[in-house]
Amino acid sequence: MAGFFVGAYEHPARLATDKSAPMLHAEVAAGALADAALTLADVDGYFCAGDSPGVGPLSIVEYLGINPRYVDSTDIGGSSPVLHVAKAAQAIEMGLCDVALVTLAGRPRAEGDRPGGQVQLTTFPENEFELPYGPYLAASYALAARRHMHEYGTTSEQLAWIKVAISQHAQHNPHARLPKPVTVEEVLASPMVADPLHRLDCCVISDGGGAVVLAREEIARSLKRPLVKLRGAGHAIGYQRGFEMDITRTAGIASGQAAYAQAGLTPADIQYLSTYDSFTVTVLFAIEDLGFCAKGEGGRFVADNGLLSGVGRLPVNTDGGGLCSNHPAHRGGMTKVIETVRQLRGEAHPAVQVPNCTLAMSHGTGGVLGQRHGCATAILERVA
Amino acid sequence: MTEFAGDPNFPENREYWEAVAHERLLIKRCVSCEKPHYYPRAYCPFCGGETQWEESKGKGEIYSYTVVRVGAEPYCPAYVTLDEGPTMIAVMVECDFDRLAVGDRVRVVFRRSARDGRMLPMFTPSAD
Repeated sequence: MAGFFVGAYEHPARLATDKSAPMLHAEVAAGALADAALTLADVDGYFCAGDSPGVGPLSIVEYLGINPRYVDSTDIGGSSPVLHVAKAAQAIEMGLCDVALVTLAGRPRAEGDRPGGQVQLTTFPENEFELPYGPYLAASYALAARRHMHEYGTTSEQLAWIKVAISQHAQHNPHARLPKPVTVEEVLASPMVADPLHRLDCCVISDGGGAVVLAREEIARSLKRPLVKLRGAGHAIGYQRGFEMDITRTAGIASGQAAYAQAGLTPADIQYLSTYDSFTVTVLFAIEDLGFCAKGEGGRFVADNGLLSGVGRLPVNTDGGGLCSNHPAHRGGMTKVIETVRQLRGEAHPAVQVPNCTLAMSHGTGGVLGQRHGCATAILERVA
Repeated sequence: MTEFAGDPNFPENREYWEAVAHERLLIKRCVSCEKPHYYPRAYCPFCGGETQWEESKGKGEIYSYTVVRVGAEPYCPAYVTLDEGPTMIAVMVECDFDRLAVGDRVRVVFRRSARDGRMLPMFTPSAD
């Protein structure tokens, strides 16, 4: 792949009362371009998802004043930025652009969104058969978690270990919304939201966002930043086909296999994983579906600090993830990519930095686990 | 939070809601490949064929369930696998939520939605 990550920036805000969403898009764009030592005038490819203000990319392209010769606003939910970096690398490889900017920003917290809020339009074909039952976002994840427990004996304690490890990472992130480490007991003692998920099984609501810049190799080599390239990627859409119900498997199986195949790698090669953590169970399913352990073994894999950097077998979400640090615009895909880039550059916090990290993965589960969802997987590599 | 705006129903689903108003549960079956599915669609999600309504016996088992405990009253969304094959989302009613288990036998009942008063298929534990 010809796409190199030359800039990455996460907005420090977690509450942006005095800034609009377009302003946040502009600030993360400026941050990522400054990190790359490039400017808006260099950008000739632009990527955002359907949540960005305006129709597709139209309004933000105008707001930023850029002149892209290639745009894409594919939306597969919160995992979209993981898909966008793959599309950006493909566009660069095809000569459709040289410098691709991907932004994500939003301010759901400032706008008063409450936990479980779910905005849907009446034009969705499933709505009249689902919404009348009062769907609550956490309930969908709870239904998937319950079925996993039924089939594989997974426990609430095991799910809690996911939060515990990520909270240990979050204490080193000065911008984390929840920087205090928690214990398994504290997770289990937090109020039940939708059995078997507790409040501390759920991610934070936060404002802000982030951006990354990809460029072709010649440009990347002319800049001063460590060289990180996209090695392989895949995406897939998952849904229940109306009959053959299995809510314990996600589209991550297909997106992961596609990414491994393109990269010529296996799960054993991956030294660090940034994975979508809208809920603890989202992490559990991803670890299984990406092949880090067999289906049904995820509970044992994550228990006893299995995901803690320096301790566990697979360091996950060393920035504190969405569970403790940031889930801007209700979408965790961008922050997953940014922490992956930090790890490969050796710029994660020293307490959580994976030694000699050269191969790492970003994975997103957008939409709703157990219902229709979009998974995107990207394998990134540090190169000389 | 989730809000309806305007008429929530698609015209091709009118028959479903008219049946529900008469306490009958309909599912869709493909005329071509003969597989049933849920949620109901005009074209088969397996083969693209045309579909027709048929009445479900309204019996099945719990595939998964949860009790939502935020808000004024707890409620119990559940996936129910109908004996005809498809699995549908609904809620459990008129039972002790804390005594439910995956695999429990259930039967359909028709109750008015607390949200907007319209009749909905729901499920309750069943001896068979």
